[in-house]
Amino acid sequence: MEQFVMTFPVGNRQSEIHPPRVCGVVSSGNLEVLVESGEPGDSCRIDVHTPAEGFRDIWNAVLGDFVERHPVGGVNVTINDAGATPAVVSLRLDQAVELFRSEKP
Amino acid sequence: MNQLSENPASWDAQMRNSSARRERGAAFARGREVSAEDITRLLEAVIEPGDRVCIEGNNQKQADFLSRSLLKTDPSRVRDLHLLQSVLALPEHLDIIEQGQVSRVDFSFSGPQAGRLATLVEQGRIKIGAIHTYLELFARYFIDLTPKVALVAAQAADRDGNLYTGPNTEDTPAIVEATAFKNGIVIAQVNEVVDKLPRVDIPADWVDYFVKAPTPHYIEPLFTRDPAQITEIQILMAMIAIKGLYAEYGITRLNHGIGFDTAAIELLLPTYAADLGLKGKICTHWALNPHPTLIPAIEAGFVQSVHSFGSEVGMERYIAARPDIFFVGRDGSMRSNRAFSQVAGHYACDLFIGSTLQIDLAGNSSTATKGRISGFGGAPNMGSDARGRRHASPAWLRAGREARPHAAMPRGQKLVAQIVETSREHMQPAFVERLDAWDLAESAGMELPPVMIYGEDVTHIITEEGIAHLLRCETPEEREQAIRGVAGYTQVGLARDRRMVENLRDRGIVRYPQDLGIDKRMATRDLLAARSIKDLVLASGGLYNPPKHFRNW
Amino acid sequence: MNVKPTCYFEASARTRIAKLVDPDSFSELCPPHLRHSSPHLARLNAPVAFDDGVMVGRALLAGHPVLIAGQEGKFNGGAVGEVHGAKLCGLLERALSERPAAVLLLVDSGGVRLHEANAGLIAISELMRAVLRTEEAGIPVFALIGGSCGAFGGMGIVTLLCTEVVISEQGRIGLSGPEVIETVKGVDEFDSRDRALVWRITGGKLRRVLGDATRLVDDDIASFRAATAELLGKHAERRLPASDLAALTEEHEQLSARARRYDTARDGRIVFEEAGFTELESVALMPVDDFNRHLEGTP
Repeated sequence: MEQFVMTFPVGNRQSEIHPPRVCGVVSSGNLEVLVESGEPGDSCRIDVHTPAEGFRDIWNAVLGDFVERHPVGGVNVTINDAGATPAVVSLRLDQAVELFRSEKP
Repeated sequence: MNQLSENPASWDAQMRNSSARRERGAAFARGREVSAEDITRLLEAVIEPGDRVCIEGNNQKQADFLSRSLLKTDPSRVRDLHLLQSVLALPEHLDIIEQGQVSRVDFSFSGPQAGRLATLVEQGRIKIGAIHTYLELFARYFIDLTPKVALVAAQAADRDGNLYTGPNTEDTPAIVEATAFKNGIVIAQVNEVVDKLPRVDIPADWVDYFVKAPTPHYIEPLFTRDPAQITEIQILMAMIAIKGLYAEYGITRLNHGIGFDTAAIELLLPTYAADLGLKGKICTHWALNPHPTLIPAIEAGFVQSVHSFGSEVGMERYIAARPDIFFVGRDGSMRSNRAFSQVAGHYACDLFIGSTLQIDLAGNSSTATKGRISGFGGAPNMGSDARGRRHASPAWLRAGREARPHAAMPRGQKLVAQIVETSREHMQPAFVERLDAWDLAESAGMELPPVMIYGEDVTHIITEEGIAHLLRCETPEEREQAIRGVAGYTQVGLARDRRMVENLRDRGIVRYPQDLGIDKRMATRDLLAARSIKDLVLASGGLYNPPKHFRNW
Repeated sequence: MNVKPTCYFEASARTRIAKLVDPDSFSELCPPHLRHSSPHLARLNAPVAFDDGVMVGRALLAGHPVLIAGQEGKFNGGAVGEVHGAKLCGLLERALSERPAAVLLLVDSGGVRLHEANAGLIAISELMRAVLRTEEAGIPVFALIGGSCGAFGGMGIVTLLCTEVVISEQGRIGLSGPEVIETVKGVDEFDSRDRALVWRITGGKLRRVLGDATRLVDDDIASFRAATAELLGKHAERRLPASDLAALTEEHEQLSARARRYDTARDGRIVFEEAGFTELESVALMPVDDFNRHLEGTP
């Protein structure tokens, strides 16, 4: 297992505090994503736990594109990965953040 | 041979040789019928050292009893064989090589035996003539690789030796025709001997011997894909294919390669494609095995005709009940024919779409990996432009105009699409700078790297990122960037020139889901017309009877 | 769009709960952001889940207050580890003080998690005791089964202790899984690749005929909800009788009689036959409604 944190400055901050949401399931080739409010500052902090070691540059690209699509500052994302491909990671992140935003503060 | 040509009296030497073999074989046969106990001795009597032997076996039906019987022959008598066959699928096919009775092999596909075959080649224990496509190998049966002995499989024989091959006719007519009419010996294994056949697929006077096998010949349910295993990503790619390719070109005549990616397309026809108003406008005529995943589209009235290479286990009753769709004999069972369906796929279809393992920057597509000699099967026949085609269709003409906008002479082009996820499990990239096929060619001493579909024939690549219209590219540089543009987070994709890819997007050469008006969030399994094998059974009105290991009820 | 009702078999545990109970009525106990993950999996360098593969909480179902737990079959086969088991036991313990209309266990589990087998085995025995204690306090416990893992191993036993068992045709109940039996006793004993046979022996329809399951429903969440609501209504009218020695003895006798009756049976077919199903090949494809009607019409 490999664990690392990537922080992306976004330049804005989610003004509303939403309840935490989880999306996805930890099963082979899949992942779960937890999105929580309350990260100080206007960055998006993403904490990754993955069994596939040595792909940090790809994670960086996938997560960078995610933050570009969804500039969510002041948000903490935690990922429990079970060997998902970048496509699945991107899809799940999009679903998670949409679910998170749809919840009433 | 020199002796023959010097002696005009020897124009029928091959025929006399065959007669001599039949005289030797007569001791082990009653008429044409041979008992299972005598079959090995019959093979020893009629096979001579150096013979070209075709063991019928493709990726579905297998002459497995005759293969096992050949394995039991005396290696001092039956030796130096040259095997010619579509598929090296059974362990027995390689056992006979290991036993030292075979010196050379020409084939198309080796599937499950690919690893073992590569080892035998590296050990120098077998020489591969060439790895063919199906049509290419059948063609050589009639030119320079005519079998002397053919070991084929049929469903039933009558007492005279007429054969009924039933729904899984497959390669039998091509093999038997080449062998029987060029002084060869045809030996058939059958599941049963009956007084009257439902229909005659191979006439008795093309058959020298038949034997009732102790167990029915094996048929692999190769084309059954359980909808339960289709992923959201495959559904997204299917949406891109339907909207970005099928609807765009109005593709009515097509062939689907095997796999979950194309199964997803089949299962989205009655839902997603129907909602787009495409019923009757796409996917009406097929060269395709009877895929169970096509049932919902057939039932929804999408499909008008399906011609098949072979049959599929469990589809017999469904096919028999849909003679307007499938090619069904007066007896009620389907007649398949691999050679004809391959020709149909090549000349009469506007689109081939299939999965692959690796694509390079020129669009060359390969399923070869190091240490495995797996071959091609039929994909290259479907997945190549039919240069001999002379009839027009809107999709074909449009593809031709897009590929050669400045050509003075109008000509169409076959649409050849590769559909693939950018990364497989363990982050194995589908896009590479250099195909593994090069390494395989080096290690196995092949003259050609085994490329499934040449880049110049590939008109489209579809991934979960989007679709690349390679045929619309004007320069090799554009083509490379279009490929990189849909290569996602692979190294090939990450190294794209973002400005150039944006330019290609503006010109409609690279199109992402949002460019096609596809909402990625809709890509859920709820879109599948059937989500399980049971749904397929229900859609068929209980006519489809899946193999028992596919059931969960 | 031609979209089917949400299939129970494919849904995640979270989706099953959300669509089973009254809208927005579920409140989760020990929610994922508290990160009650398995310390054992982490130590073994295996992926963990924020909820350790089971979610527990309160909800309303057709207005009845329930405590509910859903196992996630896709995470380690829904297997029970230390945290996972503690969440289930804790929920049943809470039932004694909260006195809900019922405790609903959405079972989807192969049994004990091998990575933490000792803790898992202890959890299963605690869970068995907790189910019996809850029922003794007059609170019914329902098992709902229709996931890909079914209810096997220890969770198979727990299921059979429940007051009501709602199952779909795809659902299965058993002790050792078919693959385990084949490995230990050989393919002649149980051909686990013969999926039709596996379902004829462990599947929902057989379990319903045998009486192990009290309701057979279609594989969609709405059907599970309807059956559960109906059972909640039934139990609201009539308090669960306290189990006494006589009742237990009678049940044991019935089970012994069943074991003797099917002593030599090699296939579920004979059970269907005795239940009056004539066309045995069509039982598997028979729609659930027809099946239930047939069964209820049988004396």
